[in-house]
Amino acid sequence: MFESSLQQLGSALRARQISSVELTQLYLDRIAKLNPELNAYITVSPETSLAQARAADARLAAGNADALTGIPIAQKDIFCAKGWLTTCGSKMLHDFVSPYDAHVIARFNDAGAVNLGKTNMDEFAMGSSNETSHYGPVKNPWDQARVPGGSSGGSASAIAARLCAAATGTDTGGSIRQPAALCGISGLKPTYGVVSRYGMIAFASSLDQAGPMARSAEDLALLLNAMAGFDERDSTSLQRDKEDYARDLAKPLNGLRIGLPKEFFAEGLSGDVAHAVEAAIAEYRKLGATVVEISLPNSKLSVPVYYVLAPAEASSNLSRFDGVRYGYRAPDYTDLADMYEKSRAQGFGAEVKRRIMIGTYVLSHGYYDAYYLQAQKIRRLIAQDFTEAFRQCDVIMGPTAPSTAFKLGEKGDDPVQMYLSDIYTIAVNLAGLPGMSIPCGFGAANNGNPGMPVGLQIIGNYFDEARMLNAAHQYQLATDWHSRAPNGI
Amino acid sequence: MTWEIVIGLEVHAQLSTSSKIFCGASTAFGAEPNTQADAVSIALPGVLPVLNKGAVERAIKFGLAVGAHIAPRSVFARKNYFYPDLPKGYQISQFDLPVVGNGQLVIHVPASGKTEAYEKVVRLTRAHLEEDAGKSLHEDFHGMTGIDLNRAGTPLLEIVSEPDMRSADEAVAYAKTLHTLVQWIGICDGNMQEGSFRCDVNVSVRRPGAALGTRREIKNLNSFKFMQQAIDYEVQWQIDTLVNGGAIHQATVLFNPDTGETRAMRSKEEAHDYRYFPDPDLLPLDISEEWKEQIRATLPELPQAKQARYENELGLSIYDANILTASREMAGFFETALAASSPDKGRAGGVEAKLCANWIMGEVNAQLNRDGLDMTQCPISAQQLGGMLQRIADNTISNSGAKEVFRTMWADGGEADAIIEAKGLKQVSDSGTIEALVDEIIAANADKVAEYRSGKDKLFGFFVGLAMKASKGKANPAQLNEVLKRKLTG
Amino acid sequence: MFLANADVRKVARLARLAMGETEIETARSQLSGIFALIAEMQAVDTRGIEPMSHAQDVSQRLREDAVTETNQRELFQSLAPKYKGAPQVEAGLYLVPQVIE
Repeated sequence: MFESSLQQLGSALRARQISSVELTQLYLDRIAKLNPELNAYITVSPETSLAQARAADARLAAGNADALTGIPIAQKDIFCAKGWLTTCGSKMLHDFVSPYDAHVIARFNDAGAVNLGKTNMDEFAMGSSNETSHYGPVKNPWDQARVPGGSSGGSASAIAARLCAAATGTDTGGSIRQPAALCGISGLKPTYGVVSRYGMIAFASSLDQAGPMARSAEDLALLLNAMAGFDERDSTSLQRDKEDYARDLAKPLNGLRIGLPKEFFAEGLSGDVAHAVEAAIAEYRKLGATVVEISLPNSKLSVPVYYVLAPAEASSNLSRFDGVRYGYRAPDYTDLADMYEKSRAQGFGAEVKRRIMIGTYVLSHGYYDAYYLQAQKIRRLIAQDFTEAFRQCDVIMGPTAPSTAFKLGEKGDDPVQMYLSDIYTIAVNLAGLPGMSIPCGFGAANNGNPGMPVGLQIIGNYFDEARMLNAAHQYQLATDWHSRAPNGI
Repeated sequence: MTWEIVIGLEVHAQLSTSSKIFCGASTAFGAEPNTQADAVSIALPGVLPVLNKGAVERAIKFGLAVGAHIAPRSVFARKNYFYPDLPKGYQISQFDLPVVGNGQLVIHVPASGKTEAYEKVVRLTRAHLEEDAGKSLHEDFHGMTGIDLNRAGTPLLEIVSEPDMRSADEAVAYAKTLHTLVQWIGICDGNMQEGSFRCDVNVSVRRPGAALGTRREIKNLNSFKFMQQAIDYEVQWQIDTLVNGGAIHQATVLFNPDTGETRAMRSKEEAHDYRYFPDPDLLPLDISEEWKEQIRATLPELPQAKQARYENELGLSIYDANILTASREMAGFFETALAASSPDKGRAGGVEAKLCANWIMGEVNAQLNRDGLDMTQCPISAQQLGGMLQRIADNTISNSGAKEVFRTMWADGGEADAIIEAKGLKQVSDSGTIEALVDEIIAANADKVAEYRSGKDKLFGFFVGLAMKASKGKANPAQLNEVLKRKLTG
Repeated sequence: MFLANADVRKVARLARLAMGETEIETARSQLSGIFALIAEMQAVDTRGIEPMSHAQDVSQRLREDAVTETNQRELFQSLAPKYKGAPQVEAGLYLVPQVIE
């Protein structure tokens, strides 16, 4: 059952071969057993989940079930879910029980999916290893000494460990794709504006985008069908016709033009990752695709640009956490200024404070033009590189991350090293393009450590999710990397 | 040596939408604390702003009314600072690209002891949309401050003038003209007690011809009287300071109506660094020519245009035209009454207009004042008044008769004609009747007639008295005079 | 790009983050490293390039002026932080240490 696709689970539920309550209970039992080790979930609420499962069973019995009705799905703790503790990985929101549902949560509720729990994450989605969570680091199920990536590391780890059928994530600079790569699962960041940001706790508003995480591209398509759609409560939500993201899954790949950015295969990429990605490209050639080298000359600037723009927006977005209306308030203070400063200093972790400081600095008087404005201009150059590239190819492929999963604590003292983990993913967010990661092999085993999963990144043109999913699905029909499970789990 | 006073105003006009600028919470005044503070108003994690069309329409309307440039694309920015009544830690406002730029307002500065009345053009730098903050209540919470976020997110139009004003009188005239205008075009209720129209006044002084002096900003003035007092005090304070060898430092000051003094705010004047940047949650606001023209079509005739028309077409004085355009209600009342007073003419003018203006500015206003009412509560409708004016104009009633009709109408209602009939106030204007009456008097007073004819002109009044008495006071006085004069002369 | 402790202190104050002297020193050193990374973009010639604030070039959608929200004060204020065990709300107001104007 834990290896079934969403399609298969849906069929089994609709055929009443298993009830949603039974399925949910199976997952809850597995979470109870494995989560203490993996720490993939911050909150599990069996009664709430089972109540939803019972409602789903009623709907299944009534015969008006949807594709996802009754399927247990884990939600990244960045999404406000009514009645659920919603912490965003922060002490700041240690007791915040959301009084409302995010649009994504409401979509899954409408579809009859079961909320299986809230997954662990880097605090306010700021991190690439899940080590910045106030609720402790998440372990990578392939090797528990290693990180699952971040910030959606809890979701990625839970999927890899079969602690849920699928999950949600959010991606500001790679937070879906990088943990998907490091945990050997599939994850998709849609075009900016396709999934509503309403109720998704903001990190960097002009970059944040929610997306699905699952084992296969086929599952991602089903999930995206539920998540995508116009929402009048988000001004940046795009008004587009409803589409079926699974519509092109079966298309053959003959004639697909794949662009390989030479900058993604240069210095900084570890050999085992390069090897796996090259093998995947070879597989695509076999499937009928053609390959062309492209250039994204400004992509090397994406990390510096991102580390100006994202912290700038974050510094402002996180100002609402002041201990006045909700969230953490320091136990002792002398006056208003002291209350603010202590509540925020104690409520936020080190990485969040660091980014607030960067953002505050780059926006402050005298520095705005040199940093913020300059970064916004280079952002346009980076986006233009992609526009140029898509004249020559249909999709762009390359590594998702420069290396496989690193060890817990390995990059703890050096923020810059950590920031470089997202070197291949950030440009996609800056341009607002869709990007995904699918498993394409394993890195080198050494010193008795198993080889860790490698992710292949697929970048599409705006609104080309169906084509990307098609490319990913055809590859997954030809390979089995996506169905491998970690040993002993 | 003289000093020149330099004043610029920033006015926050609360726009009269029913919901807030970025969310669907109500803007109604006076609700229980925080009952209109929805998820967006209290800045829950994850909530997002969506712009209210009604607020944008009102901003455009204002821009068109002051002949300003309406930006085809304007941008919302975040102004970052921490304050408990600012739940997001930033205010959504407009910075680089405001919706309205470069307008102007013609003000009438009334005569004062020193100067004659005059007109002046004040340039408007810009007007931009922004959200209001909540309210801090400092009383009664055992040393704590209470925060009410009902007002947080209420739409404001911040209207910024150039430093074009040179006296407190000019500043007040500007504020009053603006106050009239925003109500006139229906974008703001103008209620100053409720904070719907708040003025920040930037004041500096300099020697004529010198560079601008350092300004101090008097915050949140909510009455014209306080504005006058605050500026007068502030100007004197600045001059005294400079004369005594001191320097003016840029500061925000508050006016204390009890003492009549201004004082710098106590909160630490740390260097403000608002870290403005474009709000990533909101997209650029695009205003098409078409939309602009649709809104232009809904604009009423503006006070300035009306004043010009009253002067040029109706022959009223500037003074009258100004008073009659003090509010849209007043002008509407005047125009309706005037039309009703001369239903047969395409457009009334001249005598009727002056008569109508005099009645409204005189009897109507006086009675409203006595009863503590405003124009909208006037117990006599403009139609009713017009009906009465028609009877004055066509000589059916005399002025004294009209006052009787007016008093009755005010107290008991009713149409002029019915009151005239019931009270028998109709003048005798029939020339035959008047001639017969005069003939009778002349015949019965031959001796007095002879005296008159021999030069005793003063007897004319005696004959008028007799004739009026004989007509029971109803004879049309002008007509009676004319007939008497003719017949007495022989 | 080298930051001084005074810069860090100023930024911490603007961002309302209490920081002790050792934290300031650590932050200074880490931020200096990050700003060295960021400095890579200073060399780029961006004359004539329009800054990009949003991922999509679309204009703001407008909401009709209508009241859609109802009073949820009790629910929202149940989230209010506590101070010495007591929720910081009274008479429907959020309570904060005295604000001085």
